[in-house]
Amino acid sequence: MIFRALVIAAYGFLLAPAIFVVAIAFSSDRFLTFPPPGLSLRWFATLFEHEQMMAAMQRSAILAAIVTTLSLAIGVPAAYAIARLRFPGRGAIFAALTAPLLLPTLVVGLGILLVFFPYGLAGTWPGLALAHLAVTLPLVVRIMTTAFATLPPDLEDAAATLGATPLKVAFRITLPLALPGLIAAAALSFLISFDEVVISLFIVGPRLSTLPVEMYRYVEGHTDPMVAALAVVLILLSISVVLLVERLVGFTRTVSK
Amino acid sequence: MKGALPFLLLAPALLALVAVFVVPIATIGRIALYVSEGSGAMREAVALDTFRTLFADSFTWELTRNSAHLALLCASLATLIAYPIALFLFRTESRFRPLLAILAVAPLLVSSVVRVVGWLVVLGDQGLINAALLSLGLVDRAVPLINNWTGVVIGLTESVMPYVILSLLAGFGRLDRTVEEAAATLGAPPWRVFLRVTLPLSLPAIALGWLIGFVLSFSAFVSPKLLGGGRVFVLATEIYDLAMQAVDWPAAAAMALYALSLTLLVLAAYTVLTRRVAA
Repeated sequence: MIFRALVIAAYGFLLAPAIFVVAIAFSSDRFLTFPPPGLSLRWFATLFEHEQMMAAMQRSAILAAIVTTLSLAIGVPAAYAIARLRFPGRGAIFAALTAPLLLPTLVVGLGILLVFFPYGLAGTWPGLALAHLAVTLPLVVRIMTTAFATLPPDLEDAAATLGATPLKVAFRITLPLALPGLIAAAALSFLISFDEVVISLFIVGPRLSTLPVEMYRYVEGHTDPMVAALAVVLILLSISVVLLVERLVGFTRTVSK
Repeated sequence: MKGALPFLLLAPALLALVAVFVVPIATIGRIALYVSEGSGAMREAVALDTFRTLFADSFTWELTRNSAHLALLCASLATLIAYPIALFLFRTESRFRPLLAILAVAPLLVSSVVRVVGWLVVLGDQGLINAALLSLGLVDRAVPLINNWTGVVIGLTESVMPYVILSLLAGFGRLDRTVEEAAATLGAPPWRVFLRVTLPLSLPAIALGWLIGFVLSFSAFVSPKLLGGGRVFVLATEIYDLAMQAVDWPAAAAMALYALSLTLLVLAAYTVLTRRVAA
């Protein structure tokens, strides 16, 4: 009985920010006042008319799409090699490719600034896309290595025996079989890039800023229900990705450190 | 040709790793040895001047204490609050278990800035808690719960909780239901079963969860910065300010190395301790 109450209280604490930010996003008031004096959609309207935020949202979506494409193009072949081919140093290479997940993103971000700035990459599209790879690539490699490793090798062997070239086996058998993992990896890497703030803070420029950075700066200056409405939009995006990943490969298994 | 295939498949990933991870970390190490000449300028050198200045400054020690204090507090609180959730998820046979597990871990995928906004709504001067306190007549004026340490501790505790829950779940492997049942059958009341069986058996999991919480809180940046409202100073916020506001890269790099080595020290101490306990 006491245990149940503790569990509910703990869940309450963990989910409080997400729950109440939704409540306040529909407020008709000008401040983050509780309880909201009335309900309205005006802050969503304000958000969708906020040019700076909407432009940043569009940029972040484009950036996340680029980053996802790059991460998959680079990460999937690497994961395939690690999971399927025999060569010396496999374990070490896997550890190295997933190592960036272990270091604080603040340190990674600082390092990227120090390297990118002298080359004029700070505040540019290529710079931002490369920088985001530091967090998305390790994730793609991890998810896809597991995805490839758990595929039964029989079908690939059969296809090879029947005369398919290795390239054909990869594209006709292996990749379609690993499709759930691929979609999960793509969804997660899109979301992580779309939400990335710490590394971005170091290398965004005055003319090229991302949505999380714009939101960070907005929150530093003022708090009104518009930013709560934006939070709700982002929470909805997170929930969709979480549900998708759960369906495809199991969510808790994928995100553990 | 066959021997070259793994290399061809791995080469792009390894190149990217070098470009966005290996070289940046090495560059931090290199620039920490440069000499800062003020107002953004620095001189290429192999000197320990920056470290000397860093360690001679009493502010560095204050930041270290603040970071350690914050990480200690948040890791402990997060473990304490996460424990019931993890234990519940570990044991429940409810058909809602998958959903409840997702709810416990999903905050991980909600941007840290979004979560800060959530806490502003709950903890702000006109937020949920102050509104409740005021309407109940418990206080005359809003209690400041943000732009100070209180807000940072609350927000950071919540933001590391999902990781702690995952580590606890991973570590609960040794927790055997039958041992608890045996204790109960032999007449131990529930609290006693918990204190004498469940808790001792889950100590390794608790240690692991706490450590993850500590390491993550120690390097956290967004919560201290935004919920602290510029009044909370820790190593992470200072590294950022040195790099971006003061534009003193050698100092930022030196402090990042210093903070990183403190983290590694904690991790090493943990490994040694667990080996000793296991032996």
